[in-house]
Amino acid sequence: MPKQLMTFQVNGETREVAASPTHTLLEVLREELDLTGTKHGCELGHCGACTVLVDGEPVLSCLLLAVEAQDAAITTVEGLARDNNTLHPLQLAFAERGAAQCGYCTPGFLVSGVSLLTRTTDPSRDEIKDALSGNLCRCTGYTKIIEAVELAATRMRETQQPVPSSRSRRNRP
Amino acid sequence: MMRLPKFEYRAARTVAEALEWMGEFSSAADKDPQAHAMLMAGGTDVLPNMKHRVFTPQVVVGLRGVAALRGIAYDPEHGLRLGAGVRLSELAASPIIRARYPALARAAEVISTPQLRQMGTLGGNLCLDTRCNYYNQSEFWRKARDYCLKRGSEICRVAPNGTGCYAVSSCDTAPVLIALGATARIASRAGDRILPIADLYHDDGIHPVRLHDGDVLTDLYVPSPPGDWRSTYEKYRVRGAFDFPIASVAAVARFDGAQCADVRLVLQGVATRPLPLPEVEALLRGQPWTPDLLDAAAELGYKAAHPMDNTAGTIALRRRIVRAYIRRALDALIAPSVIH
Amino acid sequence: MIGTSLPKIDSYAKVTGAAKYADDLTLPRMAHGRILRSPHPHARILRLDIARARAHPGVLDVITAADLPRRYGIMPTTQDEYPFALDTVRYVGEPVAAVVAVDEETAEEALDLIEVVYAPLPTVSTIEEALAREDIRLHDTTKRGNIMKEVHLDFGDVDEGFAQADLVREDTFFFEGTTHAPMEEHSCVADCRPDGKITLWTSTQTPHYVHREVAKVLEIPRSRLRVIVPPVGGGFGGKCEPFAHDFAAALFALRHGRPVKFTLSREEVFYCHRGRHPVKMILKTGVKRDGAITAVHLQTFLDGGAYASYGLATVYYTGALLTVTYKIPRYKFDGMRLYTNKPACGPKRGHGSTQPRYAFECQLDKIAEQLGLDPAAYRKQLAIEPYSTTVNGLRVTSCGLVECVDKVVEASRWRERRGRMPAGTGLGIAISSYVTGAGKAIYWNDMPHSGVIVTIDRGGGVAVLCGSSDIGQGSDTMLAQIVAHELGIALLDIRVYTGDTDLTPVDLGSYSSRVTFMAGNAARAAATKLRALLFEAAAAHLGVPAERLTAADGRIHLADDPATGLAFAEAAQLAEAAHGTLSAVGSYTPPKLGGEFKGAGVGISPAYSYTACVAQVAVDPDTYDLRVEKLWVAHDCGRALNPTLVEGQIEGSAYMGFGEAVLEEQVFRKGLHKIPSLLEYKLPTIYDTPEIVALTVETHDHEGPYGAKEAGEGPLNPIIPAIANAVYDAIRARVDSTPITPDKIARALKERQRPLPAPARPHGAPTPIEVMPL
Repeated sequence: MPKQLMTFQVNGETREVAASPTHTLLEVLREELDLTGTKHGCELGHCGACTVLVDGEPVLSCLLLAVEAQDAAITTVEGLARDNNTLHPLQLAFAERGAAQCGYCTPGFLVSGVSLLTRTTDPSRDEIKDALSGNLCRCTGYTKIIEAVELAATRMRETQQPVPSSRSRRNRP
Repeated sequence: MMRLPKFEYRAARTVAEALEWMGEFSSAADKDPQAHAMLMAGGTDVLPNMKHRVFTPQVVVGLRGVAALRGIAYDPEHGLRLGAGVRLSELAASPIIRARYPALARAAEVISTPQLRQMGTLGGNLCLDTRCNYYNQSEFWRKARDYCLKRGSEICRVAPNGTGCYAVSSCDTAPVLIALGATARIASRAGDRILPIADLYHDDGIHPVRLHDGDVLTDLYVPSPPGDWRSTYEKYRVRGAFDFPIASVAAVARFDGAQCADVRLVLQGVATRPLPLPEVEALLRGQPWTPDLLDAAAELGYKAAHPMDNTAGTIALRRRIVRAYIRRALDALIAPSVIH
Repeated sequence: MIGTSLPKIDSYAKVTGAAKYADDLTLPRMAHGRILRSPHPHARILRLDIARARAHPGVLDVITAADLPRRYGIMPTTQDEYPFALDTVRYVGEPVAAVVAVDEETAEEALDLIEVVYAPLPTVSTIEEALAREDIRLHDTTKRGNIMKEVHLDFGDVDEGFAQADLVREDTFFFEGTTHAPMEEHSCVADCRPDGKITLWTSTQTPHYVHREVAKVLEIPRSRLRVIVPPVGGGFGGKCEPFAHDFAAALFALRHGRPVKFTLSREEVFYCHRGRHPVKMILKTGVKRDGAITAVHLQTFLDGGAYASYGLATVYYTGALLTVTYKIPRYKFDGMRLYTNKPACGPKRGHGSTQPRYAFECQLDKIAEQLGLDPAAYRKQLAIEPYSTTVNGLRVTSCGLVECVDKVVEASRWRERRGRMPAGTGLGIAISSYVTGAGKAIYWNDMPHSGVIVTIDRGGGVAVLCGSSDIGQGSDTMLAQIVAHELGIALLDIRVYTGDTDLTPVDLGSYSSRVTFMAGNAARAAATKLRALLFEAAAAHLGVPAERLTAADGRIHLADDPATGLAFAEAAQLAEAAHGTLSAVGSYTPPKLGGEFKGAGVGISPAYSYTACVAQVAVDPDTYDLRVEKLWVAHDCGRALNPTLVEGQIEGSAYMGFGEAVLEEQVFRKGLHKIPSLLEYKLPTIYDTPEIVALTVETHDHEGPYGAKEAGEGPLNPIIPAIANAVYDAIRARVDSTPITPDKIARALKERQRPLPAPARPHGAPTPIEVMPL
């Protein structure tokens, strides 16, 4: 298939690339845009490692054609840090709580978790499990991951972290 | 990384456009069997099947951009109208569905994972291809096993002496919509038609959905429930997420005092189509809702289910679940939690 | 620094997506490889024609056994594999050829153009078949049938022991095979410089062994090959040896002077396997009326799959570690590993010790019940003494087994709750032990098992170099913390470089829970040498005795007068002026351990970790669905160098054990893996995973770095029998095989003729002693 020109809104930036129309968003992110933070563990929707946010909602980039993602605001793990080097509270909490062991599922968990924390900074444990139920981790037994989400939520509540609306995320993730 | 086969992607803007493109190929298919177009909504079933090469369409017509397929509308007189493109996550979260059709919201909520529900649509779920351990495998695997009746061979690997394909209907919303008496609007170049959801399915694992190549499922209509209808959906799966049903039960009932005025029961995950249980319904109708009656109903349902060894879970487990979950669903119908 | 829960040094790269795993690497002109695999479980290759594939546009090379005709194998004495099948395929998924092309799609297309004509052969697929069908032989190297290895070890007269016993039980258990399923699919990139030096970046736990084997098979000097380990997305034992893609990538790079990447699909990862052996176990134990063990006889039959892998060690491990938890005066072990036409089994977390530990702990539970003993108290009663030697010659040093039992008993409120649980729910206990590093390398030699180089630059920056491979457990952070501790500097002042065979001294790899103990000791030794040089220079400068100095907070200063001192960088400059470039090496070699008998090299370890687990389960009375509600796990890790990371290892092990106990199993039909996907091979999700309470017990092992022992594998072992014992407590029926599925529970209940729910037993009611006749 000849490549075609596609335009994406990724992590607040407009990126134009030539990509195959039969490629998924996962392939284009990793292979054309060099955003290799988004991982893959099955490419069939069975693991959640390739989760990215599309218009603020977690979706699987392995089951989304890149051509179909052109009109949306895409956020990958690389786009979670605000401004230049300020990590999202959930990224910090993952580091501090040892929630990233091998780290391979981490980007997927982070974007699912950030999506939850954007909706609420006071999630119950069940809500946390619901939000992360589409991501598999083989290292942690999920324990430290849940703790990290709770820690980030607490800190976000304490610091009254303004929750960006989905519209503002479109421009600045 | 698993890659998709080559295909041409066309993004439909309107139903008419989708019909036109599909029409091009359904007529061309007579001359060239390779010419084959498929509709794709959320892509969560089509794309894995394409990666496995069980679907190899020449053209994929994307329905994502068709505005007419969206929307949830309810009025007490006509009931619920759902666009086929409504996302499963929207369905699960919709206040009106949660209030009026809790079993439908529940069915949507227990599908796969949050990501899949965000991507998958109601129409896509209803058109989900049937599943089987011998079919939902890579090209390499199926070739190593000499393919199966559903794709590439004359012999079913589950029942080599059988006559048909036993791939399993696994969509969670269909049994609930059948139990709720829903209908579907189907657009085709010949015009629109409306048929009961129950008639959308037939006993054929190879072509489980009775749509022609050029048809587009556009809307679902669910009648307005009289105030005292109760509904539930009980799904058993191996894990709390990701998994298709090992077996599940949709149940809808109306009570006249302690007696069951009317009831509808549909099993899912145990046959090539959602399996209504008219004998069980007849047993329950007009009777007081006693534990003995419910046990008898569960036993009768158990006898009606004949799953094969072709999904996760053994035959014994799936049958045991049928009995337990019919009972569970019937219990739930009078449990306070399902009365909204 | 030591004993502090600092974030891992690679955390920030991992939470920002900056960490580059093997598949994230891209090099200019990089080609892509795919592997053609056997669709037959057992067949002769009659014809292999690659001409059409070679001629396919975009194809750069096709590699087969003709290009790599050299046998290899991870264990030096059982080398039975070729990178690509030579003339026979022995399992579905066995590599037959590799295609390298300009992109992955083209390589995939060209696989279909390779013509292979197979002559199928009859297969064996189970332990029983492998034993019965001596006429079907997978390898002509076996002495008899498909017996890859047979082991018979006697320690004391067990017959005498059984004769002295008041109760002798013999039970048969079966442990089903499981696989590692790390989230990262295997991947590698190889490149070759114009001078002929190859670099192989590969997702491996054992860069040193990959280095040895790839150079050997390519027939190049090891000095021409550099193996680099990028961040590894999980291993659990599954990435402990070289694979076909490693050999093919290195060969392609060498031939073409051009980089190539191979990344396997998830399905291919299932075919690579090297996972937990299915093991049938016949276990006979004699006890006195008070419960004291008089003798144990264990027989194990391992379903090894088609190749040896680590199986030689595995079969010994199924016998070796049964003795390190309890006082066992007489012990007999008979083990046998069999070839079958399935992907090769190998090491998975708990390597070979997991299966017999499951059997033993379940049997002890039965014995405790027959003798009317509390299972928790009974285990304490039997517990081995610290600093003792087992009947099979294993040296036990620190041992926190009793403390571990106490901790889980207390945390779970075992005494108050056991016997008073609601119908259909139960509590179970089990304990275990595991090696802290294998006492012998896989190839026997007298060199160190781990080496570390520490260098200090003039700005005060410190580099730590070690051949270890961080697979997520945090071994890089462990190295940094130890060096930071010794030199009194912050983690940020340290750069850790690991897993690079050009730059880093050999460490044998991330297996057998060895890295903290061995690389940790080596790092400590290197850092201590440098500290002495810094102190000497600082002492001369300050005019104080070196013995009074300490290193802390980025300074070298008087221990009792922090104001008198100098900055670390300043001390480094003085030391460099005095001694020359500042670099020191440290290495670790385990002490000589073990007996003199054949097989004495497996099971020996400089230290053993201990774990206890209490599991709480509920069984659904209608569906027989097993829900593990909570796991309390106490682990003796010697000393927790980083408590958060230790907890993480305990929790991860508990999760993985839970998966094996309840959900996961390798299933084959006609030699074909039935469920090679993450949808149907059931990794527990966040909903399924029980609540896990991780408790740490510190025994300060005198040979471990700062007292540390292992934490990465041992905590898995008691989980499975604890769950099995809890299931018995819940339903009063035994399921003596894994995984414990609803069907098996249904069958067990039917056999006992006892429907659920069983009424809760009155607390304190005596259990009749049914002493079996001898």
